[in-house]
Amino acid sequence: MKIKQLSVFLENKSGRLAAVTRLLASKGINIRALSIADTSDFGILRLIVNDPEAAYRALKEGGFTVSLTEVLGVEMPDRPGGLSSVLTHLEEAGINIEYLYAFLGKGENGALVILRVEDLDKAIEILSAKGVQLVKAEKVYAL
Amino acid sequence: MYWNQKYECLPPEELHQLQLERLKATVERAFFNVPHYRRAFQAEGLEPGDIRSLDDLRKLPFTTKDDLRENYPFGMFAVPMSEIVRIHSSSGTTGKPTVVGYTRRDIDVWAELMARALVCGGATRNDIIHNAYGYGLFTGGLGVHYGAERLGASVIPISGGNTKRQVMIMRDFGSTILTCTPSYALHIAEVMEEMGIDPAELKLRAGIFGAEPWSENMRREIERRLGISAVDIYGLSEVIGPGVAIECQEKNGLHIFGDHFLAEVIDPVTEKPLPPGEMGELVLTSLTKEALPVIRYRTRDVTALLPGDCPCGRTGVRIARITGRTDDMLIIRGVNVFPSQVESVLLEIGGTEPHYQLIVDREGSLDTLEVQVEVSESLFSDAVRRLEDLEHRLHQELESTLGLSVKVTLVEPKTIVRSEGKAKRVIDKRKF
Repeated sequence: MKIKQLSVFLENKSGRLAAVTRLLASKGINIRALSIADTSDFGILRLIVNDPEAAYRALKEGGFTVSLTEVLGVEMPDRPGGLSSVLTHLEEAGINIEYLYAFLGKGENGALVILRVEDLDKAIEILSAKGVQLVKAEKVYAL
Repeated sequence: MYWNQKYECLPPEELHQLQLERLKATVERAFFNVPHYRRAFQAEGLEPGDIRSLDDLRKLPFTTKDDLRENYPFGMFAVPMSEIVRIHSSSGTTGKPTVVGYTRRDIDVWAELMARALVCGGATRNDIIHNAYGYGLFTGGLGVHYGAERLGASVIPISGGNTKRQVMIMRDFGSTILTCTPSYALHIAEVMEEMGIDPAELKLRAGIFGAEPWSENMRREIERRLGISAVDIYGLSEVIGPGVAIECQEKNGLHIFGDHFLAEVIDPVTEKPLPPGEMGELVLTSLTKEALPVIRYRTRDVTALLPGDCPCGRTGVRIARITGRTDDMLIIRGVNVFPSQVESVLLEIGGTEPHYQLIVDREGSLDTLEVQVEVSESLFSDAVRRLEDLEHRLHQELESTLGLSVKVTLVEPKTIVRSEGKAKRVIDKRKF
């Protein structure tokens, strides 16, 4: 259930994002989803890739500050209210969402969203009980 | 535990009386026997009789390393060479070496001070002291050696080097106390790990480390990896060698042995004495030395006098751990800034020793200070909020420590240029 996400610290200056993607490309690593959170000084690039461990090693050796975090991949009907119902379940259970971002492509059965929550195990328990479709890590890496 | 409870715990009034008597005698000895001091005092219109209270110390001119160098090799000695029984010397890495001499009584006082220091650091006569400070012209080895013998402990005069043999002897002889530089202590720990020896198999229980600046973080690492209790010892050859000050078991500042030394902390620029708690340059005056009395010696070491009494009962003034050299000091908007102050804040907040750089610039007529901090894995978080919190905390803590507005920038690893493995700490872009 738990998907490994890479986070990379980037200074807010030109060429940094390109440097990361170039490095990953040279190692044959494919990016499945990404998001960037930024402030005026720095940004955090978050990536889902086909081989998180290899990407982690490559970035570390490349001199980047990188960490691996566990996130959830949630599949939901691609129609109005799809995301809303998932978030409502979490809200009712008092689980805070640190951030989320969407996959560009689609999952097998609908839209795919990456969720980073404070209490991962609790979120899995709640969402599974509510019948929400959680995507297996291997599936996400292979998408 | 004390070696000399009477003198280590003298009531303040008695201590001050003793200090004054000894200061007068020292000033007199210097004035009448050392041409440099006579000239320096006369230039200020001073005679020994002008020293009537401890506060009068402030009237006396400072003595610098350059003064010692200009009188190389024996020009600062206050006794004839026939009275000198030992000569030590600094390495001379930053210029001509400085030479120091000892009379028989100086050696005796030094042994007493080191015996006090060893006991203060936790040693008893039942200990086996593994002395890995270098023996030779450097004062570390012989200083500890004489103190350990005075105490009645068993001293292993192993000196530095051949670390595998050190570890073997430590294990076979049952060394209980290690004395060396903190960096060498860490090296010993590494070699021990490589040799597959668990420190728990050894009898080592304490370490007395000095002769270079080190941090609380390093203390924790040494204590953890060697399974011992570590204290900081301070001294410098110009003043006597190791044994000027040492931490007690409280590990909260180093006690100066006040019956033998007077300590002041001054602003290195204005040369005005600073109140307890404020960081500046340590200035030391010897009170009992015969061969080489030093008066208001500028150590260039950065520290602060610590306010308040120590629960251990010693009454000598305490100084904070030495955090750097005054040579590294910056003046920004009229405020003295030591890179080591920044380092201590980063250590406190980051937990590890991060790479950082100070960038000083001038916008219009106003100096600016930017502190760049490399985001290590231990500082990093995937959530923006936590990094912003970190930035905010660093900002607040730096401003309150430095008394100056500071811009904090988080930067990527390896942004800060390193030369020979050591980071360049300061970039001053101001044009004066």
